[in-house]
Amino acid sequence: MEMYLRPAVIGVMIFVVFNALIIASAILVLAERKIMGFMQQRYGPYLVGPHGVLQPIADILKLLFKEELRPKGADKWLFTLAPVLSIVTAFVAFAAVPFGPETTLFGLLDEPIKLGIADVNVAVLVVFAVTSMGVYGIVLAGWASNSKYSLFGGLRAAAQMISYELAYATSLAAVIMLAGSLSLREVVDSQAGTWFGFFSQWYIWLQPLGFVIYVIAGVAETNRAPFDFPEAEQELVAGYNTEYSSVRFALFPQSEYINMVTMSAVATDLYLGGWHGLLPIYTPLDPLIEQYRLGWLVFIAKVAGFLFFYIWMRWTVPRYRYDQLMQFGWKWLFPASVLNLIVTAALVLYLNA
Amino acid sequence: MPETFIFYAFSAMAIIASTLVIGQRNPMYSVLLLIASFGALSALYIQLNAPFVAVAQIIIYAGAIMVLFLFVVMLLNAPREDAAEWDRSHPLQHPNIGRFGALLAALLVVQLAWALTKVSELETPVGARADGASVGSVLEMGRILFTRHTFAFEATSVLILVAMVGAVVLARREGSNQ
Repeated sequence: MEMYLRPAVIGVMIFVVFNALIIASAILVLAERKIMGFMQQRYGPYLVGPHGVLQPIADILKLLFKEELRPKGADKWLFTLAPVLSIVTAFVAFAAVPFGPETTLFGLLDEPIKLGIADVNVAVLVVFAVTSMGVYGIVLAGWASNSKYSLFGGLRAAAQMISYELAYATSLAAVIMLAGSLSLREVVDSQAGTWFGFFSQWYIWLQPLGFVIYVIAGVAETNRAPFDFPEAEQELVAGYNTEYSSVRFALFPQSEYINMVTMSAVATDLYLGGWHGLLPIYTPLDPLIEQYRLGWLVFIAKVAGFLFFYIWMRWTVPRYRYDQLMQFGWKWLFPASVLNLIVTAALVLYLNA
Repeated sequence: MPETFIFYAFSAMAIIASTLVIGQRNPMYSVLLLIASFGALSALYIQLNAPFVAVAQIIIYAGAIMVLFLFVVMLLNAPREDAAEWDRSHPLQHPNIGRFGALLAALLVVQLAWALTKVSELETPVGARADGASVGSVLEMGRILFTRHTFAFEATSVLILVAMVGAVVLARREGSNQ
């Protein structure tokens, strides 16, 4: 009920997070092109600003001044609704993600606040529910465009996201069982401390398989390579967003990048200790971080590291074939996640008894 | 009272969206309006202090089942439900079917009204029942599900399993071994 007591704080927090996500998506565009350039032994964007750092602004300006096209047979309402739905679900999903401990932000505030917009007691499920609504944006874009390539992209998105959601949710359930709570904040706080004074108490140590499944399913959920079938450019021109231009088009990649941030933030919260512990093993910095309440910086660092891994994967692994994707999802990933869940449940039961 | 205002706003949204679902000619719009109606219902659950039910409503209905609905509508690519001539001679278009449906709807209204008169605890929110039947906390809900309603729970899961196996059998093509 804290939410009602300090609406001003919440308002400022929403404003900050909203803008941080927008800036993060701009940085990610640049980071992706720079890292891709590095991996392909070239420079990447270099002309706009020093070392090309202003490239995202140039990209956005270019897209703003493009003409907004709509195919003749397109459904007027749904064609406009689709990108809006995409971006709204992307932003809303982050609302339930906590990203730091109680802090006064270097004494800036009179009393400490919990970093995170809504401290919901079913936060894991809220994030999952809102992300699963994100598929409508893509599916509707595919259908409303009245183009066969877009339609194929939309159909693929629907099938793919439904399939990988199962493995995704099942791997989440194992962590929830270990933590004994659906609140992301409580899951994070149950990861504080170390084992034997050496290993940070992260769930990645207890759930290595679950973590791998979460990452794979998360990549598929956000439609990133090697699972970027809804827009597979060699097969479908540009997939679901073929017919889009200008700002309407810009919203799709932006929501994809924001979804990536949310996915990484949830992975950090669930498996990588959130704001507890800098590295998987104990470092002398850990007590200092707890003491000065710098957890949110640690959190940002972990999310950035995860995002780098995300981009790294995209430019390293080639795209799957579509039937392989379905086979992999249903015949390997889902059974593995169920097995992981059952073993975890048995162990939790055994250790608690 | 912001709570009252929110309640009426979402109730109105749920009712209007549900009404428009059956008023639409385009099945695509019907599916989307149904999703909107589910969203409004989920907001009402939150007001009843049952966040788990609210989120489950979104995950299961809006996030999974309606995606399949949408998938089917897209695959069939049916722009209007009364476009084809054969549609009008379809057995489901027979007037008696409509009358039967109306009868069922009337029965449902009567049943709902009867159920409402039977409920004694309208004043207390569902999340704060005195007899501990709280659906607000996931822990409490799981406990009730696996103690008081074990049989119904297990029977439902068997039913769903049977339906799933049946769907796989029906969907399998004749003569293919895959």
